[in-house]
Amino acid sequence: MELFRSHVLVCGGTGCTSSGSAQIIEQFEKHIAERGLEREIKVVRTGCFGLCEAGPVVIVYPEGAFYSRVKPEDVNEIVEEHLLKGRIVQRLIYKGDGAAPERERSLDKIGFYKKQKRIALRNCGVIDPENIDEYIAMDGYQALAKVLGGMKPMDVVNTVLESGLRGRGGAGFPTGLKWKFAMGGATPKYIVCNADEGDPGAFMDRSVLEGDPHAVLEAMAIAGYAVGASQGYIYVRAEYPIAVKRLGIAIGQAREYGLLGKNIFGSEFDFDIELRLGAGAFVCGEETALFSSIEGERGEPRPKPPFPAVKGVFGGPTIINNVETLANIPQIIVRGPEWFSAIGTEKSKGTKVFALGGKVNNTGLVEVPMGTTLREIVYEIGGGIPGGKAFKAAQTGGPSGGCIPAEHLDTPIDYDSLAAIGSMMGSGGLIVLDEDDCMVDIARFFLEFTVDESCGKCPPCRIGTRRMLEILERIVSGKGEPGDIDKLIKLGSTIKRTAMCGLGQSAPNPVLSTIRYFRDEYEAHINEKRCPAGHCKALMRYIIDPDKCKRCGICARACPVGAISGDKTRPYTIDPAVCVKCGLCIEKCRFGAIYTK
Amino acid sequence: MKTLKELNEIRAKTLDSVNLRKQRIGTRVVVGMATCGIAAGARPVLMAFVDEVARRALRDVMVTQTGCIGVCRLEPLVEVYRPGEDKVTYVNVKPEQVARIVSEHIVNGNPVDEWTIGAADKE
Ligand SMILES: Cc1cc2nc3c(=O)[nH]c(=O)nc-3n(C[C@H](O)[C@H](O)[C@H](O)COP(=O)(O)O)c2cc1C
Repeated sequence: MELFRSHVLVCGGTGCTSSGSAQIIEQFEKHIAERGLEREIKVVRTGCFGLCEAGPVVIVYPEGAFYSRVKPEDVNEIVEEHLLKGRIVQRLIYKGDGAAPERERSLDKIGFYKKQKRIALRNCGVIDPENIDEYIAMDGYQALAKVLGGMKPMDVVNTVLESGLRGRGGAGFPTGLKWKFAMGGATPKYIVCNADEGDPGAFMDRSVLEGDPHAVLEAMAIAGYAVGASQGYIYVRAEYPIAVKRLGIAIGQAREYGLLGKNIFGSEFDFDIELRLGAGAFVCGEETALFSSIEGERGEPRPKPPFPAVKGVFGGPTIINNVETLANIPQIIVRGPEWFSAIGTEKSKGTKVFALGGKVNNTGLVEVPMGTTLREIVYEIGGGIPGGKAFKAAQTGGPSGGCIPAEHLDTPIDYDSLAAIGSMMGSGGLIVLDEDDCMVDIARFFLEFTVDESCGKCPPCRIGTRRMLEILERIVSGKGEPGDIDKLIKLGSTIKRTAMCGLGQSAPNPVLSTIRYFRDEYEAHINEKRCPAGHCKALMRYIIDPDKCKRCGICARACPVGAISGDKTRPYTIDPAVCVKCGLCIEKCRFGAIYTK
Repeated sequence: MKTLKELNEIRAKTLDSVNLRKQRIGTRVVVGMATCGIAAGARPVLMAFVDEVARRALRDVMVTQTGCIGVCRLEPLVEVYRPGEDKVTYVNVKPEQVARIVSEHIVNGNPVDEWTIGAADKE
């Protein structure tokens, strides 16, 4: 057996790849070979470590030294100093979360990882996703062996039921129940993995696919055995080229080992998986639209019922599960449902992966037990808000979700508590907003996304969301009218009740929840033509500070529309009715007397 | 793949390799690998520890390296840290000595006194 004294793990997730991790791997291989260390040191390209903010990330074991923002020209120094001479290169060690720099900063000591619990992401950043043996070494395919080696389909379903696992794709439906519904009925049946991941800013599923693709394959085979399906499809967006490539490699390796295909583990059970590439329409993440797309039809939703468990893809009973949901399955089988259900809260078991973004220091991927508070995620794991600004709200659930204001920072995050405060778990996007973010504009942003992505099949979604967007656009451009808020609420609740699929039914959420918690911001825009966050350009006011104004008149001469008046005897002022907010006066003023509000 | 046995064979074969990537709390073996250590032959010593630890499948032992420990004339230097015990420093270590250090000290908890820095000082 080949033995290495040291492993250099380089993140090959999408984030780090785009910041140059491929060149870093090349450099390591080159410098290691130059010093004749290739039999002692192994370089491994892994999936995402989660701390994308600090990428490209390199971890050197056995020390667990965590190097961040590594550049190709740094590699020689790491090889010479650390790998050859054993001196950790302090200047490259991650120190980002403000704790006192220690001599050896290792993974577990970093605040970003301390509160995390990795189940779905357990192998991401640990194994080489293109090497099935490494997955097997981490107990991979043991669950499938256990299931085929003596569990009855009903036992499998019961195990998943007892674990309390709920769908991570958004709605939080109990996974075991979904499987149970698909047990009887017509054949052939299908297992579909939803890897469409359309929420803007979300990349949980991508990281699982890139970092641990076999976990998803294994789970699909287990689901296939549980309900009697022999064909699986993974619907993954073509915009995830690394994930697509690694899934392809993983499927090939699993087939070669006989872990997919005919008579798996010498049993009667056959199962195979094919990839289907999506073109990136948001609605294709909706399960029935996804089925249409797999069938080669236009990606439009179908009415439910019939539910997928009865009539899904190609008309057969179908289990459709999200990537992260599936990634939990093998460990639930191996470690038992009690192990899983001991993690989390009463009704939400296990962990949830969040894509942490927006105004937070440690942007990246985090996996925490259900019930972790938003405060822990933002301040302890996320390292707080840049520039010491004030937390205003967190947006969860993307275009289908809502916001959580500061007063709910200590709410334990799970499906039910988020629903109770008018937000939702969603698939796991978590965007932190600070005092400079305008809540009306955030709502407008998400609604603009859904209007774009509406497939147009049903009128409430096609027409209703557009009318809502028009009202919001009016409000942020200073043309809001009294009664607009009530109109938004009325339209929103009507669309929620009448749209055909989840896209329309949830599209008003970002608007309704911001009205619920930040009605005063809407009112300021409409009644006072003022944006309290100072974000909406159309509502920005240019003001001259009379104490700083030296009355030179340069601004008045620069103003292209003649909005500025004044003379030697009185300070200059700007007439907001005339001002076009071009910013020229600020540029010209030599005394810094002009500001915006 | 026809049996669980085959799966477990692959697992065992790859496990040691992947196991290196876990954070360990057990014993740490630190080999001085600055210029002085390398010149005195620390590299084969380091590899001998890696081999021996793997051969005995000691999953809780981490073999690592450090810079110059400071007594260059006694290189190769090896320090063994067992949890809750004082560190023990071995001097002038040769690859042939590694197996005994691992079995007597790391596994059984009895430092090989005659090879430690204390013994070298008395000379
Ligand atoms: C507009 C829309 C988009 C969706 N996009 C996704 C998606 O990208 N990924 C996903 O897993 N589920 C998505 N869903 C949810 C799926 O319809 C479905 O509930 C989910 O795949 C079920 O898997 P789960 O039970 O494992 O969560 C979306 C739903 C809607 C209404």
